[in-house]
Amino acid sequence: MITIPYLTALSTYFSYGLLFAFGQLRDFFRKIIDWWQSGDLQGYAPICLGLEDFYIRRLYNRIQDCFGRPISSAPDAWFDVVERYSNDNNKTLKRTSKISRCLNLGSYNYLGFAASDEYCTPRAIESLKKFSPSTCSSRVDGGTTTLHKELEECVANFVGKPDAMVTGMGYVTNSAILPVLIGKGGLIISDSLNHNSIVNGARGSGATVRVFQHNTPSHLEKVLREQISEGQPRTHRPWKKIIVIVEGIYSMEGELCQLPEIVAICKKYKAYVYLDEAHSIGAVGKTGRGVCELLGVDTADVDIMMGTFTKSFGSCGGYIAGSKEVIQYLKYTCPAHLYATSVSPPAAQQIISAIKVILGEDGTSRGAQKLARIRENSNFFRSELQKMGFEVLGDNDSPVMPIMLYNPAKIPAFSRECLKQNVAVVTVAFPATPLLLARARICISASHTKEDLLRALEVISRVGDLVGIKYFPAEPSKQETNVIKLE
Amino acid sequence: MASSFLNIVNATLDWVTATLDAPSSRAIVFGVPIGGHLFVEVLLFLVIVFLLSQKSYKPPKRPLTEKEIDELCEEWVPESLIPPITEEMQYEPPVLESAAGPHAIINGKEVVNFAAANYLGLIGHEKLLESCTSALEKYGVGSCGPRGFYGTIDVHLDCEARIAKFLGTPDSIVYSYGLSTMFSAIPAFCKKGDIIVVDEGVHWGIQNGLYLSRSTIVYFKHNDMESLRNTLEKITLKNQRAKKLRRYIVVEAVYQNSGQIAPLDEIVKLKEKYRFRVVLDESNSFGVLGKAGRGLTEFCGVPVEKIDIITAAMGHALATEGGFCTGSARVTDHQRLSSSGYVFSASLPPYLASGAITAIDVLEENPDLITKLKKNIAVLWKGLSGILGLSLASNPESPIVFLRLEKSTGSVKSDLQLLEDISDRLLKEYSIFVVTSKRSTLDKCRLPVGIRLFVSAAHLESDLLKASESLKRVADSVLKDHI
Repeated sequence: MITIPYLTALSTYFSYGLLFAFGQLRDFFRKIIDWWQSGDLQGYAPICLGLEDFYIRRLYNRIQDCFGRPISSAPDAWFDVVERYSNDNNKTLKRTSKISRCLNLGSYNYLGFAASDEYCTPRAIESLKKFSPSTCSSRVDGGTTTLHKELEECVANFVGKPDAMVTGMGYVTNSAILPVLIGKGGLIISDSLNHNSIVNGARGSGATVRVFQHNTPSHLEKVLREQISEGQPRTHRPWKKIIVIVEGIYSMEGELCQLPEIVAICKKYKAYVYLDEAHSIGAVGKTGRGVCELLGVDTADVDIMMGTFTKSFGSCGGYIAGSKEVIQYLKYTCPAHLYATSVSPPAAQQIISAIKVILGEDGTSRGAQKLARIRENSNFFRSELQKMGFEVLGDNDSPVMPIMLYNPAKIPAFSRECLKQNVAVVTVAFPATPLLLARARICISASHTKEDLLRALEVISRVGDLVGIKYFPAEPSKQETNVIKLE
Repeated sequence: MASSFLNIVNATLDWVTATLDAPSSRAIVFGVPIGGHLFVEVLLFLVIVFLLSQKSYKPPKRPLTEKEIDELCEEWVPESLIPPITEEMQYEPPVLESAAGPHAIINGKEVVNFAAANYLGLIGHEKLLESCTSALEKYGVGSCGPRGFYGTIDVHLDCEARIAKFLGTPDSIVYSYGLSTMFSAIPAFCKKGDIIVVDEGVHWGIQNGLYLSRSTIVYFKHNDMESLRNTLEKITLKNQRAKKLRRYIVVEAVYQNSGQIAPLDEIVKLKEKYRFRVVLDESNSFGVLGKAGRGLTEFCGVPVEKIDIITAAMGHALATEGGFCTGSARVTDHQRLSSSGYVFSASLPPYLASGAITAIDVLEENPDLITKLKKNIAVLWKGLSGILGLSLASNPESPIVFLRLEKSTGSVKSDLQLLEDISDRLLKEYSIFVVTSKRSTLDKCRLPVGIRLFVSAAHLESDLLKASESLKRVADSVLKDHI
């Protein structure tokens, strides 16, 4: 749990209050002007309702330049950020031809496969030439090539499940598969901080959804006991089935799932476990096989394993792995398999090649080095940040580390100051996090060198002092004196 | 005995009269003598207080004990995760050993491919491959981030601008997957309480979007303008509040489930009369219909501004992947923070965006692709008309040629089995690859199933003739017993 310092909470509330008040004031004047020149469509309700886009118009637009910064190179350890300018108070941003070379602390390029790779890229290009960029058909019709077959075998083997199914987009994997697995009369128990795709999939399934406190197995047990004993609401019939959905690494918290405890509880209460490894597959574990490997959970105990290829593998798409029967059933009826264009062949090849590199099947130890590197890098960076006095969330070994900012004004301040010093960080605010808990998020990659990390730490420390986000007292240590010397 | 009783009665009466005559009871409140009221009311009040002070009867509350909960948990038996596997679930699609162009290789044999929506024949196009290769070399394969967090690559912005320029709209927004375009865009604009009038034949992506929006959904008969008019009329008349709600008509340009084309000019007339907004899915018409391939708006001669939201998948005519949504600047801007499939998903791999730009360039430079496609559709139509037992259900201009059984067997399952037999034999005996319209159990579309042929501009005339010839022969022998 994140505990906000009392004073910070107060000032954050005050800031949002002020923003809200000014926003309302401006809306009031806008209304008068609109009324003056009423030329809008008569007889139609406005397409964006006032309150719906109030946040965008009055809060988000002010700091729009901190999000969606275009880049003009591969999202490697260093990348080119395109500079933008605005002539209308940030309402619209225009691209310039100027670029600045920045250190990339934002992309999910955990293993460094985003940039061109000596093993993967030539193979991807070869597949592109052989299979074209698309099959223009769904998997069940004419969109299954030999490459797709190979990919599914490769993935099943990698994650340690009998069979797997691959779709062209990670988001769709969750939102199209949950409705197939469960429907009315079923119960989904979902972690309170699960990704939006799971939330949408659960909503789309028509099953009842209950939430348990983020990463708290004891609360999960409480919810399970309560729900099983009470049955369905109103009718009190027993639930048809219960699926518990958790993520391997929570992308906004950087926390590892307490999987062993959760799996034990689910086993005890006969609930099915659905594990979303979007951020953990490839990034953690000794051979990159995700949280199951890292935390010592037998993959046979996890009924459905889901993950994406956009992060560690530097490609696109998602997978579902499970028993042979489950996959067979999904292939028979899952809309993502029946209606959506199949994975682009070069992207499929990229995944296959990346997995081969990770497993060392390319004949080198590059994969093992990458995995060792990301672990070292993450743990080094996290401990350094903590020593400096930042409030860093997340667990050791996780390559995702959020730094708490809280106040809305600190979001653009932190992001812009870092960018000025050629470090590109991601700041996350309201739609993705609770209103009060704005944060900056750092994603470490295996392609970062030690010098890169030291440089990043130096910049972040300086900006942190400037913006005032070192909420804890700094811990004097040898490491930090080194950093100061470097300055 | 009697006198004592009388005495008591008299005494009581005296007491009552005394009380009633007491100065307090003779009081006059606001000009009304209250008589003995006060006395009676005080008595009543006392009775009420007495009753209230009594404990009411409550059944004793006995929450489940831990032991009982344990037993219940022990007793509970969940259903299995999936239903038992039946034979039809074991279907394995043919595996292509080459690109999915008009001529593909399956099991080492060259087949004519009618299963890919490669309308313009851009699969394997030299220029497309070139632009994808150079983008792959420059940007790598994936973008490794959502659009908000450094997943925006300059080709995405170029692609958005290119699509908008091609269609003549102010702006557009690119999604990373065709299927997610619709089911993210609809919930961004429709919320609980809004009214959506929708064709009953729309594909699953739209159905899911409608469900997620939680709006009030009213279906009208497939491609039936009379039914649409009645529905709109009913809604506007019945619902006085309708004026304050957002109202939409959702249609597909070319229906994936039937090959029908929506009469957009009539829909626009109705929309303007009843003041609805139109959401149009151009997945199968973008790059196909209209003189320059701008889709249904061009085909029906409707100015593109009249359609509020246009979505399309790029995995068809453009032969890349992903999808886009276009409309006014307000419409596209709103989606950049409110559309879940855009905000919460990694962006389109840059090489596919660059491929889409090139595909549009190719289309603009070669308008004869569209004429060629039109000609091919006409040839196939001519060849397929008059097949025994099968009838053409699609529009003669649609690139999806849809054949359905003239006489249904009565169940979708056995219909599909018959059609499946035809397509199997076509592939095995004649090397013609066609597919049936398979449906997910989640799909609510109830239109009849059929065989779908996706015509491409790259099909040779001989391919089309061969396909119709063999289809005729196979249908004859398979449907012989059925008719």
